Amino acid sequence: MLKDKHLTVTVSPHIKTALSTEKMMWIVSCALIPASAAGIYFFGFRAALVIAACIVSSLLSELFCTLLMKKPATIKDGSAFLTGLLLALCLPPGLPLWMCFLGGFFAIAVSKFAFGGLGFNIFNPALAGRAFLMGAFAKEMTSWKTLRVFPDGITAATPLNLLKEQGYDSLMKVYDSHSYLFKELFIGHVGGSIGETSAALLIIGGLILLFARIITWHIPVSYILTVAIISYFTGGTFGIIFHLLSGGLMIGAFFMATDPVTSPLTSKGQLVFGAGCGILTMLIRLRGGYPEGVCYAILLMNSVTPLIERYSKTRIFGAGKNG
Amino acid sequence: MKAKITFKGGIHPSENKNLCAEMAIKDFPPPDIAVLPLQQSLGAPAEPVVKPGDKVRKGTLIARSKGLISSNLHSPVSGEIIAVRKSPHPLLGEANAIIVRSDKTDEAEKDYTGGNFSIDNINPGEVLELVQNAGIVGLGGAAFPSHVKLNPPPDKAVKTFIINGAECEPYLTADHSLMLESADLILKGALIIKKMLKAEKCLIAIEDNKKDAISLLRQKLASMDNAEGFEILSLKVKYPQGAEKQLIYALTGKKVPSGGLPMDVSVLVHNISTVFAIYEAVYLKKPLFERIVTVSGKGIKNPANWRVRIGTSFKTLINHSGLTEKKIKKLIMGGPMMGLAQYTDEVPVLKATSGILVLTDEEAADFEHLPCIRCGKCVEVCPMGLMPAEISKMVERGRIDAAKGIGLLDCMECGSCNYICPSGTNLLQYIKLGKYEYMRKKNAKR
Repeated sequence: MLKDKHLTVTVSPHIKTALSTEKMMWIVSCALIPASAAGIYFFGFRAALVIAACIVSSLLSELFCTLLMKKPATIKDGSAFLTGLLLALCLPPGLPLWMCFLGGFFAIAVSKFAFGGLGFNIFNPALAGRAFLMGAFAKEMTSWKTLRVFPDGITAATPLNLLKEQGYDSLMKVYDSHSYLFKELFIGHVGGSIGETSAALLIIGGLILLFARIITWHIPVSYILTVAIISYFTGGTFGIIFHLLSGGLMIGAFFMATDPVTSPLTSKGQLVFGAGCGILTMLIRLRGGYPEGVCYAILLMNSVTPLIERYSKTRIFGAGKNG
Repeated sequence: MKAKITFKGGIHPSENKNLCAEMAIKDFPPPDIAVLPLQQSLGAPAEPVVKPGDKVRKGTLIARSKGLISSNLHSPVSGEIIAVRKSPHPLLGEANAIIVRSDKTDEAEKDYTGGNFSIDNINPGEVLELVQNAGIVGLGGAAFPSHVKLNPPPDKAVKTFIINGAECEPYLTADHSLMLESADLILKGALIIKKMLKAEKCLIAIEDNKKDAISLLRQKLASMDNAEGFEILSLKVKYPQGAEKQLIYALTGKKVPSGGLPMDVSVLVHNISTVFAIYEAVYLKKPLFERIVTVSGKGIKNPANWRVRIGTSFKTLINHSGLTEKKIKKLIMGGPMMGLAQYTDEVPVLKATSGILVLTDEEAADFEHLPCIRCGKCVEVCPMGLMPAEISKMVERGRIDAAKGIGLLDCMECGSCNYICPSGTNLLQYIKLGKYEYMRKKNAKR
């Protein structure tokens, strides 16, 4: 009978959803499998090594930090694995492996644990890791493995790079027609970082996150829509499709900007955050020194998240004049 | 068909109602010993009018309401008062209770069958007295004395009377089984209240997972006299659909102001079981000494809906229902979302006991607590439009006034945030602590 059972007494509620932080982390990692696989397929075994190096380095850094800070081991919560994977996906496939290790260490130890660990970091760790590598090893970070060559034998950079540095005509020399360029961008058969090339597979991953209720639509939709609007006014229909499918926009909108820790809490705030990311991305792409702006756009918006939050509080049911 | 009626936010936990849904109500044998805590409802405890040694029958008044917000208490069995003493209480830990030993004759104070009442010549004062005498309290769980709710101040006339048949808590099927058993009597009770309040409309709201109850009530309504103004509405299945403010909003589009009461928007809400009890009190002159209780959970071998005498111990009910071999974690009074965990099964059924759940390790599983990752799920599900994670963090840091500033006191403790939180943070625990601290400080200032 109940007498000899130990009854647990807690405050209500007594049941819980099945979706834990740990599960969320692993679902996000799984949603990245298609894009990662495509990266390895297009760029070869070297890309797999970069992915492995980043993940191993992130996990080891997590272990090292928890041991050093005498905190309980958090290595199995999946967040370090995910950070490593995300970092790898926004690195060039030919990056020296020791740099990958360094990037993973920076992402975990500096941008996460120095701020207090999971839940307390201000900047998206994977993007912070990438920004660090970009600052430290600019040359290696911008040498893209070539998938395509000019007719005259000169190797071509990423489509965004081509457009920025050599103009629309050079881009068209490599890709012949708009429809061919769009097709290649969509399936990911272009130069670029390992995981940010195939728009199609990233959208599939994003849809998985939406259906699994890991993310809500607010950030991706407002981010992508803002980019679409700005690119329409600066480049017409070509501009829209080109800017949506190129570079890191899809991985950024679905996987980076939606990082819960570094984005606003409320849906109102998330819409503002997404729009801000979109504006900054296009500002950098069109007017800045770099061909791609997703990474810095999201990092900059991360830093204003607390400000956005201050002005995007929810409305309490029944409060105020009209409730 | 228009879109299902509902509110913003909320969650979809596993219902687990199939454990004993659509099961006819069974009569639970009267207990040998009935323990009747004097505090059954919110407000002041009742005052005993019997002493040890007195003989009582089923339905005899044993304690009288004391003060404005208090309710009468009646003996659920025929027998002898053996003591008035401190006993385990499911809400208060320990409280004074009248103990009655049954003589097993089950002799009643009067015949509680048949009954008569002339609905056309209804006298509100008389109804109010009958309800008050019968010791009726809100049976949905809050246990607020019903006669107080039925007597709104003159400047707050009730236009819409809502009957809450949502029963949105998982596992619980007591209201559902009662609707199936006594649909016509519930309608009679509804008519009493509608007439006495001179309400324009009477809306009976039921979650869409109880389609049989909805169609049965609609069928009964079609053949009822005085049916104008009545409507039976199907609600979207979502927790907490039965929460008073959310229910009123879903049905009428009106928002009860923060800190206000339903009567501020000319609405009154009663639980469906309460309406049935009011029918019994008015037609049969029967006091509230028994109620329907769902005994369920995966720890229970034979889950069922029982008609149980108030004062029956949980232990008797659980022993009668049997335990499964699974590892048991919690004993709950009420539903799994808002119910109270018990440390012992030696507590009695109260008027407010809608369910007794024995939950296994697997059902009452908890996560390892990790830091908040600010995923915003608690904000998304909060039916009151609060930011539970923020409130809980402020309470954790002792900033009670700041927490109050962002809606601490608006929380109705439905537990949706706590349910959905992937970090395993006990948000509601902090919020309750914050409210407690706030009240303590406020009282200290006085």
